[in-house]
Amino acid sequence: MNPVNYLYLAALLFTIGAAGVLIRRNAIVIFMCVELMLNACNLAFVTFSRLHGNLDGQIIAFFTMVVAAAEVVVGLAIIVTIFRSRHSASVDDAGLLKL
Amino acid sequence: MENLIGLLVVAPLLGAAVLLCGGRRLDRGGPWIGTLFAAASLAIAAVLFAGLLGRDADDRTLDATAFSWVPVGGFRADVGFHLDQLSMTFVLLITGVGTLIHLYSVGYMAHDERRRRFFGYLNLFLAAMLLLVVADNYLLLYVGWEGVGLASYLLIGFWQHKPSAATAAKKAFIVNRVGDMGLSIAIMLMFTTFGTFAFGPVLERATEAGEGKLTAVGLMLLLAACGKSAQVPLQSWLGDAMEGPTPVSALIHAATMVTAGVYLITRSGAIFNAAPDAQTAVVTVGAVTLLFGAIVGCAKDDIKKALAGSTMSQIGYMILAAGLGPIGYVFAIMHLVTHGFFKAGLFLGAGSVMHGMNDEVDMRRYGGLRKYMPVTFVTFGLGYLAIIGFPGLSGFFSKDKIIEAAFAKGGTEGWILGGAALLGAAITAYYMTRVMLLTFFGEKRWQPDERGELPHPHESPRTMTIPMIVLAVGSVFAGGLFSINDVFLKWLEPVTGHAEGHSPVSALTVTAATMVVLVIGVAIAWAQYGRRPVPVTAPRGSLLTRAARRDLLQDDFNHVVLVRGGEHLTRSLVYVDHSLVDGVVNGTAASVGGLSGRMRKLQNGYARSYAVSMFGGAAVLIAATLLMRAV
Repeated sequence: MNPVNYLYLAALLFTIGAAGVLIRRNAIVIFMCVELMLNACNLAFVTFSRLHGNLDGQIIAFFTMVVAAAEVVVGLAIIVTIFRSRHSASVDDAGLLKL
Repeated sequence: MENLIGLLVVAPLLGAAVLLCGGRRLDRGGPWIGTLFAAASLAIAAVLFAGLLGRDADDRTLDATAFSWVPVGGFRADVGFHLDQLSMTFVLLITGVGTLIHLYSVGYMAHDERRRRFFGYLNLFLAAMLLLVVADNYLLLYVGWEGVGLASYLLIGFWQHKPSAATAAKKAFIVNRVGDMGLSIAIMLMFTTFGTFAFGPVLERATEAGEGKLTAVGLMLLLAACGKSAQVPLQSWLGDAMEGPTPVSALIHAATMVTAGVYLITRSGAIFNAAPDAQTAVVTVGAVTLLFGAIVGCAKDDIKKALAGSTMSQIGYMILAAGLGPIGYVFAIMHLVTHGFFKAGLFLGAGSVMHGMNDEVDMRRYGGLRKYMPVTFVTFGLGYLAIIGFPGLSGFFSKDKIIEAAFAKGGTEGWILGGAALLGAAITAYYMTRVMLLTFFGEKRWQPDERGELPHPHESPRTMTIPMIVLAVGSVFAGGLFSINDVFLKWLEPVTGHAEGHSPVSALTVTAATMVVLVIGVAIAWAQYGRRPVPVTAPRGSLLTRAARRDLLQDDFNHVVLVRGGEHLTRSLVYVDHSLVDGVVNGTAASVGGLSGRMRKLQNGYARSYAVSMFGGAAVLIAATLLMRAV
């Protein structure tokens, strides 16, 4: 299969993620969309690695996963805390820098 | 000998210091202490005069440098004195009349609670005026010039509880300031031209400077003289200055300070001689003022204001003579001295009348006082005869000479100036006769004062009558004594120089013409005020009379042109400031504020909108990168 197709898939996934981030109000969904964008990037990295025949892209994909894992921990913790105090996960409700 | 000149100034200054700092314990003896210091400076003046007389005519100058005042690099200003025949004449007049008026004030101000301060100011005036005339450079002269201005301000406003007096003092000060500005500009011009202020170098090298520059200096000096000597166009303050106590009017606003302008012009003769245009300006000012003051003097019912108009007019004669150049300087000073005698005497007489009439000043409420105040009547009468130029009295000699000199100017100019001077003599005879008739002759027109008491005129105490008698003697004989063998001319000639003019009319004709106009003036006044009874309230009068009562509309003119003009100018400046300067500043602030107000809306706190900005920005950056690469 032509590896370029993977790039199309990655672009598609990235676009879906970006649209989700921009459109959705629920923090959890936005969060998942951000993950989707990151993974779209990972797919692109791996594809380029394959295309160029070196391992740099694969290594960066691992880095991305580590960072994403860390980000999920911190991000989920914040979202949970906001949900507890506001009883809502809508990002529009948290429009001010105060409770 | 030289050291005495400094002492001359220091004596009254010390008196002023003692009286003004001495506190209440000097209240009682204050008047006599002040008089004593004035007399001390008169004694010093007499010693100096004797010393000068003992020398040869060409050697009658004393120079002394007291100390270096402002030594800065190449700039030197010294406190130095220069006493020559011209300053000596002034010194004798100032100390002589000054001492007499101190003596007079002892009686006149006897009931005033603040008389200690009054004498302190009088002494201060003497010191400043003496400094003005003995200074050996223009800068020190300027100190004296400002000093007399200050003393004049303090004394005009001496009865400061009267709003009119306080206003008059301010008016005198402000109008004088305009003149002072002229003097300071003249001094600066001298410094840039000659590099010094001292009389000697400036006047000796006057002809080296260009005529344009000399004309500028001359005109500025004339402006200064106009301010101090109440000449048109800066004359408006003198009439109001009569709000001050009468001795002040006699000393400062008749005999001495107002003649400082004549001194300045005569002293700077070398500059004017080399600048004919400035001289023309001087004679024009003199001729206009001598008629202006005389016309104002005709219409005033306030005795002091009538005399003030007369002072203005007589100083106009002096300025006219001084503007004629070497043919006139000596006569300007001679008239100045005789005028000092008779005008001070007239003012003191007026003060004596007011003293006896419960401070009434309206001449229409006097009448028939000659029986009640014989000494005042006789001394005032002699002063009157002197000022109108009755043959044989002081004014006759000095004024006649000025009229002759005016004709001797030659050409059309000579005829115009001479004619103006002759006309002035006629008007002088008219208004002085009017004052005399209204005050001392006719029926009693006395009115009760505000407390409802009719005045009980009585002769003034001896401290007041003695100065009046002395001044009357001076007004009778001074002119004659000066004219015997031309002693005054010979005395002043080494300083001012003298040239005989070529008059188109003979001296005898001038004298005869003067006599004729004198008789006409007196006759008209007699017809109007002597022959028929005088109404107590002034009739409406002709248009000219009404204008003259308002000082020929000088205040209205100043108000419309200067006050209103100034207001409009400031208002337009304020408008420019508000609209243009503030407009730029406020406009910048408003546009920045408006812009930031709009930008603020971007910061709405919605995470999604920030995300859009980020995506948009990233998209733009990527697009730009790709575009750059494509190109």
